[in-house]
Amino acid sequence: MTGSLLLGLFTIAAGFGLIVLVILLLDISLDGGRWLSFHLLTDYPSRFPERAGMRSAILGSLWIGGLTAAICFPLGVATAIYLQEYAPKNRVTSFINLNIFNLAGVPSIVYGLLGLGLFVQLLALGRSILAGALTMALLVLPMVIVASREALAAVPEDHRLGAYALGASQWQVVRKTVLPSSLPGILTGTVLAMSRAIGEAAPILAMSGLLFIAYDPSSPLDSFTVMPIQIFNWVSRPQADFASLAAAGIIVLIVILLALNAAAIITRDRYQRRVKE
Amino acid sequence: MHSGVSTHSLNVWYGRSQAVRNVSLNISKNFITSVIGPSGCGKSTLLRCFNRMNDLIPSARVEGSVLLDGENIYDSDVDPTEVRRRVGMVFQKPNPFPKSVFENVAFGPRLYGGRSEDELDKVVKTSLEAAALWEEVKDRLEESALDLSGGQQQRLCIARALAVEPEVILMDEPCSALDPQSTARIEQLMVQLKERYTVVIVTHNMQQAARVSDFCGFMYLGELAEYGTTTQLFENPKTELTERYITGKFG
Repeated sequence: MTGSLLLGLFTIAAGFGLIVLVILLLDISLDGGRWLSFHLLTDYPSRFPERAGMRSAILGSLWIGGLTAAICFPLGVATAIYLQEYAPKNRVTSFINLNIFNLAGVPSIVYGLLGLGLFVQLLALGRSILAGALTMALLVLPMVIVASREALAAVPEDHRLGAYALGASQWQVVRKTVLPSSLPGILTGTVLAMSRAIGEAAPILAMSGLLFIAYDPSSPLDSFTVMPIQIFNWVSRPQADFASLAAAGIIVLIVILLALNAAAIITRDRYQRRVKE
Repeated sequence: MHSGVSTHSLNVWYGRSQAVRNVSLNISKNFITSVIGPSGCGKSTLLRCFNRMNDLIPSARVEGSVLLDGENIYDSDVDPTEVRRRVGMVFQKPNPFPKSVFENVAFGPRLYGGRSEDELDKVVKTSLEAAALWEEVKDRLEESALDLSGGQQQRLCIARALAVEPEVILMDEPCSALDPQSTARIEQLMVQLKERYTVVIVTHNMQQAARVSDFCGFMYLGELAEYGTTTQLFENPKTELTERYITGKFG
């Protein structure tokens, strides 16, 4: 009797997340569904809801996502390789480790303020895509490092020894056996970090505020806006139509993020199947 | 007799515990030398001294010398990767890389570079032939090595070691993960290999040592208790310890 009661409770607990997601999707679809249209993707923002689109925000998000990945991938993977393959097991290493976890726990708004002080002002990058991407790269770096380390640690020690026994140097062992085997795991982590960077509003908001962008950003030094900020902008307007438009924007954002997560999961599954064989 | 590998007063420690104690022996070129002994006697540790694999264990410390063709491989100016090129190794559990059959064998030669694809094709073929695997895999060179059977994987690992043209091949209990049929094939292969290579095999299996090896060493508690021709060691052991071990009184 208690057994089935507990089972029921656990099932509800496990289903809770799913139920919330369904409610969320239903709510925003009802709200924003009729505002979903092609011109939402292709038009620039406007003060008239029926003409407003999120073209510059989508492009800005793609810029930020891509550039963030380009910055944090080499930095994160190099850090992970150092910590996992090279670092001696001593106090300095465990201190670095501890602080990577600390960094992962720092609120994102703090990163935004750091970006404002360091990249926008001190390095005089202005409110540019580059400054935004650097800030986001700092924010998601711990994620990339942790995911990459897990992927590297999953490579069997046998493979390393096999390569060493053939006369490979340590770098050759890493480059030719460890990295190829762990790359799918590393890429999965990077894609998930990218989707986090695309979904974040707070750091960009702290860094560059609400900008009205009615052009296509074409270089990393252009100013920009991103999807979550465009949505925030619409939500904060008094007209009811903008609230619905925001809901439509959320749908676009969620679809893009779910697509990225799906890509990450597919990569990982493929990898796991290959390892099992 | 020209000597392949020899050790002089070799001692190995892992942290504070000593795994190999004062071992001196000569391993003859183009013969199979086996090392037997109970678990934990230091035989695998001794084997890993011959290609400096112990260097990879941070707590390991080696004292004494190991001469390969007269040169001490533990001299400070010797590059361990160069040693490992000349002294190949096959492990207890087959450990092919998760790559194609071809890429597994080509892995070593590719490390040193400077070979055309034609030359690589040739090296892969001769290595697989030498490892008695060519006929079975010639049509599946591009398939994953992980799809091969355990015995085939182990022969692939032997081919992979042969592809870098070593002088000595070390085998650390190479058949312990294999079925009797695959074991027989590997043993057959070892006998063929000694024509061109010096083979050192560590084994748990005394029958295997008796069947394939020309010389045999018995290790106990880190020391080389007895060393001689396999026939002598098995038929007329000098020490009581060896006799008790080979007759299965302890192990």
